[in-house]
Amino acid sequence: MSATTNNRGYSHVASSGSTALHKPLGLLAELTHRCPLGCPYCSNPLALDPRDDELDTATWARVFKEAAALGVLQVHLSGGEPGARRDLVDITAAANAAGLYTNLITSAVGVTDKTIAALAAVGLDHVQISIQDSEAASADHIAGYDGAFARKRALAAEVVRLELPLTVNAVMHRANIERIGEMVDLALALGATRVEIAHVQYYGWALKNRASLMPTQAQVARAAVEVEELRRRHHGRIVIDAVVPDYYARYPKPCVGGWGRRSLNVTPAGKVLPCHAAESITGLEFWNVREHSLADTWANSPAFNAFRGTDWMQEPCASCARREADFGGCRCQAFALTGDARAADPVCQLSPDHALVKELAAVQTDAPYIYRRQAAVLRTPSARSKEECPTPDS
Amino acid sequence: MSDPTAAIPADARPRLPRGVRLTHNEAQGGWVLLAPERVFKADQIAVEIVKRCTGEVTFGAIIDDLANTYEAPREKILADVTTLLRTLADKRLLEL
Repeated sequence: MSATTNNRGYSHVASSGSTALHKPLGLLAELTHRCPLGCPYCSNPLALDPRDDELDTATWARVFKEAAALGVLQVHLSGGEPGARRDLVDITAAANAAGLYTNLITSAVGVTDKTIAALAAVGLDHVQISIQDSEAASADHIAGYDGAFARKRALAAEVVRLELPLTVNAVMHRANIERIGEMVDLALALGATRVEIAHVQYYGWALKNRASLMPTQAQVARAAVEVEELRRRHHGRIVIDAVVPDYYARYPKPCVGGWGRRSLNVTPAGKVLPCHAAESITGLEFWNVREHSLADTWANSPAFNAFRGTDWMQEPCASCARREADFGGCRCQAFALTGDARAADPVCQLSPDHALVKELAAVQTDAPYIYRRQAAVLRTPSARSKEECPTPDS
Repeated sequence: MSDPTAAIPADARPRLPRGVRLTHNEAQGGWVLLAPERVFKADQIAVEIVKRCTGEVTFGAIIDDLANTYEAPREKILADVTTLLRTLADKRLLEL
């Protein structure tokens, strides 16, 4: 899964800013935490759901129907690597049948040409492929998987051949931030109509690898100028969406468009979260789709109501003029860095803890990555063989 | 930034590309244009224009149809529709 989904925005839709119960627009469906890649910035939690706990096809189909009834328009089929699910085509067909716009978020490794053709046939609307770098050797090193880059290029070609719209997701950090122009050129060459230049957001595995991923302030400043220049140069040819590195920001991002306001996330094991990192905040009570309907969870689950609206805020957020523009920033980041989930996101210059963010951003090392891996579980040989992902056709 | 008022050829056949859909949603209170990881609310005028972008009807015929349907001056319709379609095309939400 990409490291940007927490920031996936619907900024083009008018927002009222009221604290009334909104209808969610997007559902992030984490179909599995299994993934052949080991990207050190993966936004999945450190404790990954095991395969045996994953929701079955029928439950996902019910979740999609409930989501559509609740107002959800788009479902992001993600993971882990969604291609690790043998029933991905059936799951996608069920989402399409529920009337949802279906977006496949894939690493490309484990999605065969046959699978992508079957997905197109059941109505898949859009494909997002992550690409780790414009240079093959570096890309494969970052992914922790030899041959990943070549497979990504091949699947991208197949996606375009099937006339599915393609987005390239490029997560940027100190190892590749100097090659933003090359990444956009690659996206254009692959036939993408959209590219996400997404600086790493420090949650999950990225938080663990923060010092190895953190770019310098000068690199970030140059990158911002370069993105503006690329937008002008490629205007009308490719949409360039940028996710800014918030450790160097003055104000926080309006994380997930506001807690419990625009989107929700269902984990492989069925927990319903306001954002994919929400489980990192200790003490929140999450409900599961196996026990509650999505509508009930959206309206009534303690986790969703914990930071909805503005009543939960403390100073400086509570009286801030920006409180309904950025909602105090990210709750997970506030908790991770200050220990208080109600605190202002410390990336905000108004936060009393802002100096801490500057200190943390200054800690940069070239230490080897801690790759994202499923915890070793003792399994019988037959169970282990079932764990493997399908190998690509080509 | 390209010129949003640049003329569109009368024989162009604007259409929504695959991955862009106009849909009505009760829960969200109206029409929305769904695109890759983006959602746009569409007002009634935009809906009437985008609905006609089927890839089969020419731009000239769309303008004629809208001018007739809404009994509005053709020049005004032409200017408004050109701006909307150019803006959508720049965002890769429409093919001209």
